[in-house]
Amino acid sequence: MPRISPKTSERLAKILLWGAGFLTVLILAAIVIYVLVNGVSEINWEFLTTPPIGGLSGEGGISTIIVTTVYLILITIFILTPVGIGAAIYLSEYAQDNILTNFIRYAVETLAGVPSIIYGLFGYALFVSALYLGHSLIAGALTLVCLLLPTMIRTTEEALRAVPQEYREASLALGATRWQTIWHVALPAALPGIATAIILSTGRVIEETACLYVTLGGSAAMPRSILSGGRTLALHVYYLAMDTMAFDKAMATAAVLIIIIVIINLFTNWLSQRFRSAYTAMEEGRP
Amino acid sequence: MRKVFAKWSTGILSLVALAIALTGCGGALSGTITESGSTTVQPLAEKLAAAFTEENPDVEIIVQGGGSGQGFKDAVDGISDIGALSRELKTEEAGQVVKHVIARDGIAIVVHPSTTVSNLTKEQVRDIFAGNITNWNEVGGPNQEIVVISREEGSGTRGAFEEMVMEGDLITTEALFYNSNGALKTAVAGAPYSIGFLSFGYLDSSVKALSINGTPATVENAKSGVYPIVRPLLFVTKSEPEGLVKEFIDFCLSEEGQAIVEEEGYLSVT
Amino acid sequence: MRRFIDRASRYVVLLAASISFLILFAIAFFIIARGLPAIQEIGLVEFVTGTVWRPGQGQYGILPMIVGSVAATFGSLILAIPMGLGCAILLAEIAGRRARRFLRPVVELLVGIPSVVYGLVGMVLLVPLVRNLGGNGYSVLAASIVLMAMILPTITSISEDAIRAVPRAYREASLAMGATQWQTIRHVLLPAARSGIGASIVLGMGRAVGETMAMIMVIGNSIKFPTSPLDSARTLTGNIALEINYASGLHEDALFATGIILLVFIIILNTISFFALRRSRAQNIA
Repeated sequence: MPRISPKTSERLAKILLWGAGFLTVLILAAIVIYVLVNGVSEINWEFLTTPPIGGLSGEGGISTIIVTTVYLILITIFILTPVGIGAAIYLSEYAQDNILTNFIRYAVETLAGVPSIIYGLFGYALFVSALYLGHSLIAGALTLVCLLLPTMIRTTEEALRAVPQEYREASLALGATRWQTIWHVALPAALPGIATAIILSTGRVIEETACLYVTLGGSAAMPRSILSGGRTLALHVYYLAMDTMAFDKAMATAAVLIIIIVIINLFTNWLSQRFRSAYTAMEEGRP
Repeated sequence: MRKVFAKWSTGILSLVALAIALTGCGGALSGTITESGSTTVQPLAEKLAAAFTEENPDVEIIVQGGGSGQGFKDAVDGISDIGALSRELKTEEAGQVVKHVIARDGIAIVVHPSTTVSNLTKEQVRDIFAGNITNWNEVGGPNQEIVVISREEGSGTRGAFEEMVMEGDLITTEALFYNSNGALKTAVAGAPYSIGFLSFGYLDSSVKALSINGTPATVENAKSGVYPIVRPLLFVTKSEPEGLVKEFIDFCLSEEGQAIVEEEGYLSVT
Repeated sequence: MRRFIDRASRYVVLLAASISFLILFAIAFFIIARGLPAIQEIGLVEFVTGTVWRPGQGQYGILPMIVGSVAATFGSLILAIPMGLGCAILLAEIAGRRARRFLRPVVELLVGIPSVVYGLVGMVLLVPLVRNLGGNGYSVLAASIVLMAMILPTITSISEDAIRAVPRAYREASLAMGATQWQTIRHVLLPAARSGIGASIVLGMGRAVGETMAMIMVIGNSIKFPTSPLDSARTLTGNIALEINYASGLHEDALFATGIILLVFIIILNTISFFALRRSRAQNIA
């Protein structure tokens, strides 16, 4: 085998690496542009503000779907935030570093990797069937809380850990109790990180399909209470494409989804940059 | 801040007033009915529900899919007031619920619209779905492999199809599987040389319905009994229906309700 | 009062932590409580090695679905590893600041695109393309390509972190000894980052094995052994989502049992990546 000179292999490797990067961009561009090109022309005020006809027909807009998605986000975040932040505070501020804490951390990590459909199966068995909530917003939201909790805990814990220890020590030295220190010092300092965690969770609610497919029901009607069923934007894409062949409307809904995701991405980037700069300011502010 | 609050409170107050005004007029009936189950019945149930709530604006009817098995389960468990099935009750299910036949429905054998074959015998359909016939040239078509598309195990349409067409033979595991009438139609419409079975209510120009034993798949033929694959569509309730649920089922069986059944491409029961 | 709040709040957050922890047990409990009786009734060996899934006939073999899941995942890894790793090296070592500023958000955006959008594009665009190669288009190949797009960002971003975390001194030492940049990457950085890279691949695998809706949309869901990439197949996840609403009795329990098998797969993968990541962190600190 002829030996390739280091110089040639260097050049070859770089070409291949740039090729990989280029291909990745190409794939993303292909997906996003395809969806946007096919979808955006369908999006107009009427599409956003009229309800879908539902059932066999893929016609109509997505107003009720947007409302359902917003409801689901609000209910989920409302339950998720206190539990998630509470657990994160416990893990970062109170728990000792022992086998149990390590095990909890491992469990949280594992739970974060469990597929959505397993949460769906669980939510279906517990919330839909055993607790008689039926296929409903509340069953879907509770399932989502279980799904999102591990990530929420992990991200919040990381944000709390990033707060310099000196802050806490200073506060405690001034005579504040532990809780006062957490409430008035650690939490405010970690706020941008926690906000990021909440926004990321919101994004996940919007993206999720599998666990909602088996817990949310799929009615296209306007939900009247938390016991009503419904479908989110992502589920609507699935139903439109699979059940009604309304690929144009599915593309339009998918385009709305992508636009929302891009906005959320930009927002979290902005937040985490702020967080980073706030943190460096803290670091620099140290004597 | 105060101004904002004032704005909000007037907004909320006017909403409340509007709500009171809305409840003031309208019919005497009010409340919520939940219906779930068969995706065959779902579009029909949605239409019936829309007509019923138009007459009784204070009534909300939540219509959901899920499949026949789910409909039965939901009715028994009390998750839904009404369960919908697109097949006859199994013997072990029969004692647990009260059944109401709200319509009948033909099952069409559908193929991709480009398919040249337009008639099959029931035996040929059986052999195709059992995997004994795998090429269209065996039934007078082009030399192309047949793409068999079926519904999931537990589907009412599949149950009825197996009972009336397969007669004990099993559907091949080579088939593609989808879990709603709509998804099956999408798959058949999208894949050349495919064949599947579909509720009459879902037929449109995106798929081609075959004649069976020379009989075209039409509502008239199904009604007169010439078309061989027809099954009942059921609403089931946990106990003898009362109040609002009874009103709704009565409405479905009324002349007006049955007219909707015919309009949607199903067979009326009266 | 202050003391009281201080003490009470401790219990409140402990409660929150317990709730979270309970959920783990509840999930395991519910899936196992519903699935285990089915496995006992069917027999574990029969369930895992049985080749026929016909719940109507009392036959519950999920081997075809295990093979389907493994095939789609494996295919996606073959496609995603070279690209993802290449992208990671590019981002960590080669690309200039401007290129990185452009590439990184692109990768981040890929993570955020809902799987159902991938499924939709796969259904509308990819399946007809694959159909030209033969078969009916709903295939393991289509599924692998869709999964590739989904796990690419995972592999890229975690590998990038791992490569970036290799201490500066390693690079400088290698370059100072006259090695080219590529030699440094290949012989110094990649070996040093291998735990993290391994973890990224395993995490990508976990995501691929767990994907559900996009799979239903493009893989065809037939219950047979795929013999070529153009064959249709069914994944474990698809089996659950497709049939859970239609199932009752033993059939329903068998789907929970399918969930147990899936959970076992995921826990094994997660445990590997958990310890690999931990090792990679420990290495870099050392």
